[in-house]
Amino acid sequence: MLAQGVFFILAAVALSSGVMVITRRNPIHSVLWLIVTLFSVGGIFLLQYAQFLFAVQIILYVGGIMVLYLFVIMLIRVETVVKQPPFSRQWPIGLAAVVVLAGELVWGIVKGAPSFRLSAPAQAGIDLRNTESLASVLYGNYLLPVEIASLLLLVAMVGAVLMAKKRFD
Amino acid sequence: MGIPPEYFLLLGTGLFTIGVIGVLTRRNIIVILMSIELILNAVNINLVAFSRLSGNVQGQVFALFVITDAVAEAAVGLGLIIALFRNKETVNADEIDLLKW
Repeated sequence: MLAQGVFFILAAVALSSGVMVITRRNPIHSVLWLIVTLFSVGGIFLLQYAQFLFAVQIILYVGGIMVLYLFVIMLIRVETVVKQPPFSRQWPIGLAAVVVLAGELVWGIVKGAPSFRLSAPAQAGIDLRNTESLASVLYGNYLLPVEIASLLLLVAMVGAVLMAKKRFD
Repeated sequence: MGIPPEYFLLLGTGLFTIGVIGVLTRRNIIVILMSIELILNAVNINLVAFSRLSGNVQGQVFALFVITDAVAEAAVGLGLIIALFRNKETVNADEIDLLKW
């Protein structure tokens, strides 16, 4: 019961701050609301005993990516953005398409809800060694994908530097 | 007494929907990138929920890879925005129509 209450609070905070992210006129306010969303999603992770992902969410997302966003927003001129209309011309069509998509998704999940109740073996015990088991799977079965991900990060780093540097020719 | 797994899926659907609305209706490219972060977080909620449901950590490993992708996307995307603003003096998605006509 307590877990359900915590879940509903976190879900309400995540959804309402997500709506605030896409409706604020000023992108800095959007970033701040996105931080609230990321914190509550991290709380959802913690509620499902994914402690390592919770730490990664806080350190990497909130501490890293959001600071990067704030830096870039400071590099562009925000005061001209604030005066312009925030939504594009085709917003009614986009909204209608997304409402149809969300209806389909919710219908599918609600209709298929009994099939998600598997045997529920993990509901009983609490895995207190989440980081350890995650590491053994990550560096055992998924060693090659980890290497590929590191290569992807290298390419992204070089690409970002190349993209943002001034051309002197 | 745990939380039913479809609650997590519905929460993921809600966040995903909000993210897609942001991508389709906003003009500012930075807010569009933030909406993509919302979508990736919705995917992570689903992956962690299924990981808990099936009783192993493979879903959490995939969520880690999704976070890696989100980092790479943010770095390259924000670099692109800086290059774009230097050349076109705008961050509005509907004003960048050089390849359109």
